[in-house]
Amino acid sequence: MAPILETKNLTMDFGGLRAVDNINFQVNEGEIVALIGPNGAGKTTFFNCITGVYKPTGGDIYIAPEGEKTERINGLKPNVVTEKGLARTFQNIRLFQNMTVLENVMIGRHCRLSAGLLGAIFRTKATVAEEKKVVDDSYEILEEIGLTDYANEFAKNLPYGAQRRLEIARAMATDPFLLLLDEPAAGMNPQETKELDEMILHIRKNNKISILLIEHDMSLVMSVSEKIFVVDYGKLIAEGTPDEIKKNPEVIKAYLGDETDA
Amino acid sequence: MDLSYFFELFLGGMTRGSIYALIALGYTMVYGIIKLINFAHGEIYMIGAFTALIISSVLGFTGMNSILILVISGVLAIFFSAAYGATMEKIAYKPLRQAPRLSALISAIGMSMFLQNYVLLAQTPDFLPFPALIPDFKFLKPIEKILSSTQLVILVTTAVVMILLTILIKFTRTGKAMRATSQDAKMAQLLGININRVITITFIIGSATAAIGGVLISSHTGQLNYYIGFIAGIKAFVAAVLGGIGSIPGAVLGSFVLGWTESFGTGYVSSDYEDVFAFIFLLIILIFRPSGILGRSQNDKV
Repeated sequence: MAPILETKNLTMDFGGLRAVDNINFQVNEGEIVALIGPNGAGKTTFFNCITGVYKPTGGDIYIAPEGEKTERINGLKPNVVTEKGLARTFQNIRLFQNMTVLENVMIGRHCRLSAGLLGAIFRTKATVAEEKKVVDDSYEILEEIGLTDYANEFAKNLPYGAQRRLEIARAMATDPFLLLLDEPAAGMNPQETKELDEMILHIRKNNKISILLIEHDMSLVMSVSEKIFVVDYGKLIAEGTPDEIKKNPEVIKAYLGDETDA
Repeated sequence: MDLSYFFELFLGGMTRGSIYALIALGYTMVYGIIKLINFAHGEIYMIGAFTALIISSVLGFTGMNSILILVISGVLAIFFSAAYGATMEKIAYKPLRQAPRLSALISAIGMSMFLQNYVLLAQTPDFLPFPALIPDFKFLKPIEKILSSTQLVILVTTAVVMILLTILIKFTRTGKAMRATSQDAKMAQLLGININRVITITFIIGSATAAIGGVLISSHTGQLNYYIGFIAGIKAFVAAVLGGIGSIPGAVLGSFVLGWTESFGTGYVSSDYEDVFAFIFLLIILIFRPSGILGRSQNDKV
């Protein structure tokens, strides 16, 4: 079976700087995959290429959601990529601060709706039914993520951990087949990280969503992911299971430096 | 103090404020979404007024009821202005979306001059009379010195437009998409919102309200020429800044404050200084609240 996300020789140059260098990468259905690497290794750039924020300068990106045929998504607009079923969160929180928690999630549902402006003005039956469904679905997602109590709070008034969870809830509202999480545990305390760990496993099980995460927190990476890709200076230096990665000398070198350097 | 004179000025100021508000909405909404001061916005208002004039003159020959003429020409003016607004965005602003903001601003000024001169050449540089389409309502007879029929129509229409707009922004899907885009366009796009469509809709709504303003003020003053858009546009822009640009309630509040300042200033001091009052007031407000009455101050992190 074809991987649901695959990059072939993906390359991104910024002028003379090659931020992503010929990366071949696959996510299979139902997997939780982690992308790790030292700061500035090109992980977020890689995400940006996949989600249409950047147009890669070389290589190809293919998606193959379950039951659909393989499609090349290079250079599509971000909103189109989202419609195709890739959703992401950000390293730094980017919620709509002046909207309520519920509204933030409802915005995520936006792209799955069909009712137009005329329907909204004349309040046709279909529009009303659709809106009700959006609210119900959104509450369901909030329930799953454990944010129901905050539904009518403004996003800016939420505690940090809840804001992070809301980002994930909002991304899930777009009904993706693959969820891309950019450092979901950044700034969380060990307890919150542990809860996040459980949440990620729960999301995969409950919603049949595959997950790709960038993360620095090794305890999280090692406990949830089945496959790890390691990048350094834009190049893929290792891939394998958590146990393989832990022992890989290349990875240890990238993180801790070469012994002979000392 | 003469109370009836006070009320006359109060309602006069409110009428002015309503018109400013209808135009200022377009400025503030467009600024909220793409951070562009659309200097050609006043011209859209002028084009709306001209469209209504042409259509109502034609319909005038049919001997139709004047209220019906007003409604038909108003609706057509809205469609025309909306089409102008959307087209303007496509040719003058969309190609400059990634360009520095100054480039888009210059493009807006260019668009403004183009539209003014286009109407000047296609129509006439002279003032044209606008037909009085709003009949005198009988029930206003006792207070006609304070509140004329036209003023009442302006106030009611503005109120209706404001309510509809609030509903649109607060409760509809399009409104949510607009709010999301204005807060973080990139993120909105990543959530599947087609921001180009949101921007087009914003221009259409802003142009439509400006057209309503154009039709109403022309039937109030009874005349128009190609230059009315410039002055009204500047005043509405001042109102939008006064209220806090980017904020819709701010634009409405700023417009009423500006309308009252002008009205009371000219009524109690001197009509020679109408514009001076407006700008002195702007200065005072901006000294104490640099981001406008309802504007959020932006604190940069150091």
